[in-house]
Amino acid sequence: MYARLTSALALACLISGASLAAGSKITDPQIAHIAYTAGVIDIEAAKQALKISKDKEVLAFANDMLRDHEVVNKQALDLVKKLKVKPEDNDTSRSLTKAATQEREKLAKLSGADFDKAYVANEVAYHKQVNGALETLLIPSAKNADLKDLLETGLKLFQGHQQHAEHVAAMMK
Amino acid sequence: MISKLRLGAIGALALMLAGSPARAGTIRVTIEKLVFSPAEISAAVGDVIEWQNKDVMAHTATAKGDFDIVIPPGKTAALTVTKAGTFAYFCRFHPNMKARLQVR
Repeated sequence: MYARLTSALALACLISGASLAAGSKITDPQIAHIAYTAGVIDIEAAKQALKISKDKEVLAFANDMLRDHEVVNKQALDLVKKLKVKPEDNDTSRSLTKAATQEREKLAKLSGADFDKAYVANEVAYHKQVNGALETLLIPSAKNADLKDLLETGLKLFQGHQQHAEHVAAMMK
Repeated sequence: MISKLRLGAIGALALMLAGSPARAGTIRVTIEKLVFSPAEISAAVGDVIEWQNKDVMAHTATAKGDFDIVIPPGKTAALTVTKAGTFAYFCRFHPNMKARLQVR
């Protein structure tokens, strides 16, 4: 648990650190890339849960995540195409992906209730962390109104997922 | 024969009107960007609540133990109100989406 909290904290620092490094100069193409990456990470996590978990609630939750994030990422792609913005890879996206890969490797060693608990706990921490980044960095920095609007809807969606994950976590206790 | 039929039809119509002094209505709630709007509605027993989901993701209107309506993206789903009371409902997929239905 400590390790998990620490990695979530480290990640939060990475995100804010990247924002500090870039000043307020994080660009819309970078923001679009970060938002899309955040979605992809949760899709990968859901796919792993669908493979490993046997718990009905956890499977239902993972399916919800998969469905929502796929559809929102499709919307994001449609938007960047419309705006003729090319999502641009950046340090924040890379550190998010790296941390998520490490988390998946850790989870891959678990099974049964251990996996379920760890997956759901990480979902809570992960959504919390992305919400923080959306609120303090991505939304305030977004220049394009359509992009800002999509991010604001994304924030509400992620907040919903966080509460949903907290609910699943509470039921497992 | 024709006049009899017509009379019968008028009679039936009169009965229908008399039988439902408060005609059942439809109350529409729009879901857009993860918000129920209006968030508070009031209805009478027999009314129909219709949720229109304008989002790209599925939502539900769920009041634990009372109703659980799934509204697919871009679709509409309805519920006929059967009992009085105050129902706090939410979306099962996104529990931060909350609203209230008041039935008299």
